[in-house]
Amino acid sequence: MEAQLQELKTQALEKIAEASTVKELNDVRVAYLGKKGPITDLLKGMGKLPAEERPKMGALVNVVREEVTTQLEARMVLLEEEAINAKLQSETIDITLPGRPVKTGNAHPLTRVVEEIEDLFISMGYEVAEGPEVEKDYYNFEALNLPKGHPARDMQDSFYITEDVLLRTHTSPVQARTMEAKGGEPIKIICPGKVYRRDSDDATHSHQFTQIEGLVIGEDIRMSDLKGTLSVFAKKMFGDDREIRLRPSFFPFTEPSVEMDISCFKCGGSGCNVCKKTGWIEILGAGMVHPNVLEMAGYDSKRLTGFAFGMGPERIAMLKYGVEDIRHFYTNDVRFLSQFQRTEL
Amino acid sequence: MLVSINWLKDYVNTQQLPPAELGEKITRSGIEVDAVIDRSHGMTNVVVGYVESCVKHPEADKLSICQVDVGEETAQIICGAPNIAEGQKVIVARPGAKLPGGIKIKKAKLRGEESNGMICSLQELGIEGKLVPKAYAEGIYVLPKDAETGSDVIANFNLDDTVLELGLTPNRADAMSMLGVAYEVGAILSEEVKLPEISYQESADTAASMLTLTVDAPEANPLYVAKVVRNIKVQESPMWLQQRLMAAGVRPHNNVVDVTNYVLMEYGQPLHAFDYDLLGTGNITVRHAKEGEMITTLDDAERKLSAHQLVITNGEKPVAIAGVMGGANSEVSDATTTVVIESAYFESGSVRQTSKDHGLRSDASSRFEKGVDPNRVIPAAERAAQLLSELAGGEVLSGSVVFDKVSKEEKIVKVSPDFINSRLGMKIAFEEMLDILNRLKFTTEAVNGQLVISVPTRRQDIQIPEDVIEEIARLHGYDEIPATLPEAETTPGGLTPYQAKRRIVRNFLEGAGLLQATTYSLTSEKSAKQFALEKTETTRLLMPMSEERSILRQSLLPHLLESVTYNTARRMDSVALYETGAVFLKGNDELLNEQEHLAVAITGLWLDNSWQGEKKPVDFFVLKGIVEALSAKLGVELTFERGQMDDLHPGRTAFVVLNGQRIGVIGQLHPSEQKARDLKTTVVMELNLAAILTLETEALVYTQVPRYPSMSRDVALVLSKFVEAATIENVIRSAGGKLLKDVRVFDLYEGDKMEEGKKSVAFSLTYFDPEKTLTDEEVTKAHEKVLAALTDVGAELRS
Ligand SMILES: [Zn+2]
Repeated sequence: MEAQLQELKTQALEKIAEASTVKELNDVRVAYLGKKGPITDLLKGMGKLPAEERPKMGALVNVVREEVTTQLEARMVLLEEEAINAKLQSETIDITLPGRPVKTGNAHPLTRVVEEIEDLFISMGYEVAEGPEVEKDYYNFEALNLPKGHPARDMQDSFYITEDVLLRTHTSPVQARTMEAKGGEPIKIICPGKVYRRDSDDATHSHQFTQIEGLVIGEDIRMSDLKGTLSVFAKKMFGDDREIRLRPSFFPFTEPSVEMDISCFKCGGSGCNVCKKTGWIEILGAGMVHPNVLEMAGYDSKRLTGFAFGMGPERIAMLKYGVEDIRHFYTNDVRFLSQFQRTEL
Repeated sequence: MLVSINWLKDYVNTQQLPPAELGEKITRSGIEVDAVIDRSHGMTNVVVGYVESCVKHPEADKLSICQVDVGEETAQIICGAPNIAEGQKVIVARPGAKLPGGIKIKKAKLRGEESNGMICSLQELGIEGKLVPKAYAEGIYVLPKDAETGSDVIANFNLDDTVLELGLTPNRADAMSMLGVAYEVGAILSEEVKLPEISYQESADTAASMLTLTVDAPEANPLYVAKVVRNIKVQESPMWLQQRLMAAGVRPHNNVVDVTNYVLMEYGQPLHAFDYDLLGTGNITVRHAKEGEMITTLDDAERKLSAHQLVITNGEKPVAIAGVMGGANSEVSDATTTVVIESAYFESGSVRQTSKDHGLRSDASSRFEKGVDPNRVIPAAERAAQLLSELAGGEVLSGSVVFDKVSKEEKIVKVSPDFINSRLGMKIAFEEMLDILNRLKFTTEAVNGQLVISVPTRRQDIQIPEDVIEEIARLHGYDEIPATLPEAETTPGGLTPYQAKRRIVRNFLEGAGLLQATTYSLTSEKSAKQFALEKTETTRLLMPMSEERSILRQSLLPHLLESVTYNTARRMDSVALYETGAVFLKGNDELLNEQEHLAVAITGLWLDNSWQGEKKPVDFFVLKGIVEALSAKLGVELTFERGQMDDLHPGRTAFVVLNGQRIGVIGQLHPSEQKARDLKTTVVMELNLAAILTLETEALVYTQVPRYPSMSRDVALVLSKFVEAATIENVIRSAGGKLLKDVRVFDLYEGDKMEEGKKSVAFSLTYFDPEKTLTDEEVTKAHEKVLAALTDVGAELRS
């Protein structure tokens, strides 16, 4: 009987080793360890043995059964792992296919420029002031030292609605309104908005465009403060190694008036097509608030002084992004607009 | 203003600075030099030739074979100009010559005949056609007889010159003359200005013996000077004068006209020459025109005059529009022998208005408009008399006929050095300030530490201390100003809640997949009111540039839809745009009611995940979802009510309601509107954004996260097609009691398995008690009430 047992064990272990799938192995389990299997039969047949042999024989059968079970379990772990691997292999996807699209939009490039400028000046303590696009001649011109018949009115041919109402030609009326409302108190504002001039639309002109202007009024505001402020702006907007230079200019609402150039951000000053070989790029106009403008708004120009500056986001966007035609900003071609999605940080 | 550097050197030493360097100095100190133009254009080998003979080319009608003495030799040159003739002195480009535009002259054969060079027109020397004297506009230029054969044309005719093109701002009218520029350059380089020396022989007869003067409008014309020059010979001006005019951008005509233009350029004082005999009356009267009076001006236009316009008359009829343009009836011609030279001060506003009325802007009017120097009116007349006696052989009658009521006093400006330095934020020494003012030729005294400055009348832009600050700062150099920041206490800065929320809206919409567009505010009559939420009168420009841009928009959608069509026409089939901007409604005062709106337009596929087979065209509910999410984001309660609007689908349009007010619309475009705009299914929305953003939002307080589970029950209902989901939802909510927490539609079926006119809608109801876990019985009890209520309103429960 002992020999029969050993034979049985050898056979079982061979079958276990031969089993190549979980199912085959389960068949082996049933065949050898099941209720109708040979090992169970052997245990049932023990009753026929003499009583003194039974314990020994019983122990022997159990050893064999345990060994078969252990081998079988080990083999089972292996086969199950293989089966899982095979299944996962069959589930392989093509990871080069495109991802599920996430719908995204983005801001208009002019909004992007305007908000960048707003945020820069907000960080320097400015508030954002806005005003109507249809404006009184008084705020658009007269309050800014441009009385009727002033030669500088030729500089900005305007869209009038009545003799005294027009589409604003700059955002400066917002400054005039703010000054009037502040009743002689200090001011620190930035004024973005749409403006309109009688220009035929072409690659460099648009009858509608945007402007952003700044105004600071306070005690002892000096021209050096204007220069310092513009320098901070130029570096933040166009790069830390930008230099600025001021050139004398003329605006009726400022005296002295300047135009500001920045050193070319493309060539660094050696001359290229962006700066028209000069090394400098004209960015904005500025100046010290004209005493007439202060007095018209009820300020004591002996006590409070100020500076103002203004620039065109279109021009800045055209320079920054290399846009060659101002009409792109108003055509809304999605192939243009969607390019202004990514950050530049 | 075009400034010939060779001409400028008559008045000021330019220190032999290279033109570009001089231009840079002028730009940096105050007047922008827009261009530096080399008049020689790099030309070489261009000489004076003498046409010894000229015969027709046997093979070509239009060509002539010329034997031209060019100094070293006589060369055969073929010439195609109609005005070539034997005995002329001409401009010859020799073989090897370089001309403007990269042209190189080589020996050539023209129809079998050798040609050793080219006889040139002025255009071929780089002079603009409109500046070439009319006699030579269509052919070669003929030089004066005394031009030296073989000599260099470039050096001898002032083409070895550089012109600075000044971009003048309106305040610097003083620089609209060579003398004005000389003063500016003198101030920059610390050089003296040399004025022209005026001297000429006067006749024994007086001007007053031939001419009388009456000024009936002393306010508009406070100064009038007339000189009479007789026995003149009208002819071509000498080359140097013609070349200087051309360099200044003025076309030469004849010596009389050229002299007036030369003095205009030199002094900035416009002059006019009348033919004395054509005046006919020996009188000049300056007066306002009679309403409807007519004049034919030098440009041959007949013009109707108005009573506010100033005219020069011969005592009877107008002979010139004062300061704007002369009349044809008194024009100087080749037959003229006696001229009246007018030099006057016309008030700027009057000239500006008249010039605007007639749409006539001339070199003269543009100077009068900005104000001429009253101290140059008389010298300019004398300078012209001198040149006419020198160049036209004229006899200048002694004295002038003068009306003079103008103030020629210098403006006094007082300013303290401390004031200057404190406004600039720097320290400029007192001595340097004095030096700068002296360089500007401003007579300056120091009185009790104050600068007392007499400003010459040529600088009418200097009126107040701040103007003096600018003069000192610009000549000291703006580079010297330090960079500081305002020292006042710092303010927090920031956006208003409205502005901050506008950015939130922007970011939300972009996150939802929309691109921000910007369109024009001006539109056509047709588009102005389309899709307008409020119907008010439209606003039209007084003088639009085109009908397309004549009216202020009352809705953002028409232009936004144009942008959508622009894209679909270029095969961008799916487009989702939004815009925020003002619409312009009639207001209560003279200004308009500008309302900030938000508009969205979407066409094509909203969901497009092609390789996974998921494609969904846009529909009404895409936009409704966006509005719902936006209202949640902003904490305002927006509701929807069925409605209709022109050009929107009558069954697929809803108004957006805020606190009982219609503040927006969502809808699908009407099929005929879609067709008209060449669009497929397109949905649009417009909201009065201002109405939403001006609302104050409540403080955010958190609600406790549920501690007990909720339970849900579904119910499917068969309803009439026309019963709205919201109606049923209201029935459910009111029957559900306080345990009913949420009701949601989760299925809609309208297909052919349904009875005609019916639809199936399935709702999911969520029950919840914040105090405890609900039992099945409690939920069933509540739910049965709901089912009963639904049955009551005729909804059929579907199993
Ligand atoms: Zn560059």
